[in-house]
Amino acid sequence: MTDIALNFEHRHSAHCENGVISNLFRYNGLDISEPMAFGIGSGLFFIHIPFIKVNGIPGTSYRIWPGQIFKRASKRLGVEMYSDTFRNPKKAKEALDASLAKGIPVGLVVSVFYLPYLPEVFRFHFNAHNLVVYGKEGNEYLISDPVMEHVTRIHEDDLMRARYAKGTPEPMGKMYYPTLMPKEINMKKAIVEGIYKTGYDMSHIPIPFFGSKAIRYLASKLKDYPEKVGDRKSILYLGNIIRMQEEIGTGGAGFRFVYAAFLHESGRKLENNWLIDKSKELTKTGDLWRDFAFKAGRVCKNRSADKTSFKDLSDILVECSHQEEKLFFELYSKIKTI
Amino acid sequence: MKKEEVPQDITKLEKGPMNWVNYVTDENGEYTRAISNGWEPENIALEQVWDEVNANVEATRLKVVNGELSPIAYYLEKNLMDIPLLASYVDKWQWQVKRHLKPEVFQSLSEQLLEKYAYVFKISVEELKHNPLLKK
Repeated sequence: MTDIALNFEHRHSAHCENGVISNLFRYNGLDISEPMAFGIGSGLFFIHIPFIKVNGIPGTSYRIWPGQIFKRASKRLGVEMYSDTFRNPKKAKEALDASLAKGIPVGLVVSVFYLPYLPEVFRFHFNAHNLVVYGKEGNEYLISDPVMEHVTRIHEDDLMRARYAKGTPEPMGKMYYPTLMPKEINMKKAIVEGIYKTGYDMSHIPIPFFGSKAIRYLASKLKDYPEKVGDRKSILYLGNIIRMQEEIGTGGAGFRFVYAAFLHESGRKLENNWLIDKSKELTKTGDLWRDFAFKAGRVCKNRSADKTSFKDLSDILVECSHQEEKLFFELYSKIKTI
Repeated sequence: MKKEEVPQDITKLEKGPMNWVNYVTDENGEYTRAISNGWEPENIALEQVWDEVNANVEATRLKVVNGELSPIAYYLEKNLMDIPLLASYVDKWQWQVKRHLKPEVFQSLSEQLLEKYAYVFKISVEELKHNPLLKK
């Protein structure tokens, strides 16, 4: 295969999935920022399911599960996507090379563990990372990984390992790219639909594991950790809550702030001050989350799981929960009237 | 978070520092982006995970040295895997991989299977069999 380097604009992002959406759509003529992709794709969420354990630690997530943001954002913006997985790694490689040869930058789902360009300490078995391949030189692919400040490269063997990582979920060489961009976009409609869905998810799901209720649920579990699971595990569990908040694998620094940035940008676009006010409210909640992470970090550092500090941390979460419930309830009930 | 509050706490972890995009508000309350190269709580949480991993790796290493486990157990920990994950990488059942963790079973593994394990761990068969770290 001859060398190819497409003229792809790489923009550094907070989170991989939003970043790839934003970068790929922009290449195809739809200029959309990372927060817009996150908001229209209804990326913000909260999940705590204690009996689903990830590496022995109760599962917590601050966002919707991987792949959903993409699906929803494309649907709401009217973008048609090609997406496929391959049983045979050889076929996956051929399909990637063929697309590049046609001048199409390709999005891939990969495991973080097999990306040598990432700092070693972030390389866990997280199989739902997204990046864009925009060219090939010899046996190296040219990579635009949104969490990296600049474009980078990867050897074809490493990329193959990353595309065929095992575990849950298995990427199975998944690749995707937009095939048809909409002629006209009703931005307002897309924004409203995105907010409506997140508003519903955060305030109306009648199961305690999802939405703002789940934050309270986590809070109630958290305060009992020292008694129920002992010192060592309490600290490990707490550390995980911070990690999920800030950077799962190479997740996203503060999803609350990304969403607040989305509300802000939407407010400016639609000339709606109410959305700007809601953005400010969420920024405050985001700051409270940061406060929680900061204090939780100190507790982890001391490595002693005393009951009072866990109770205090739990109280902060309860406050976060109330603030988010109120905010998203309001967004849900009023967004369709703007 | 305000722009001027963006933390710049570089982790002590070797090969750790990375630049992250943060969404922050500027002096007029407008949203903008700022680069952070780390934040204390994240660093603590991450260091804690690696302390845990390193402790497991070392404990397993000692068990291999003492002949209680096979080298596969050591590389399993070192690659942050567990038995189900490793089993799917080498196309075996979990009970088979569990057996391979026994030193006496490891001795009798075929060259072909050893190559499979070595490939998964990104090492040579030689290293898998004779890593000086795993000898007395």
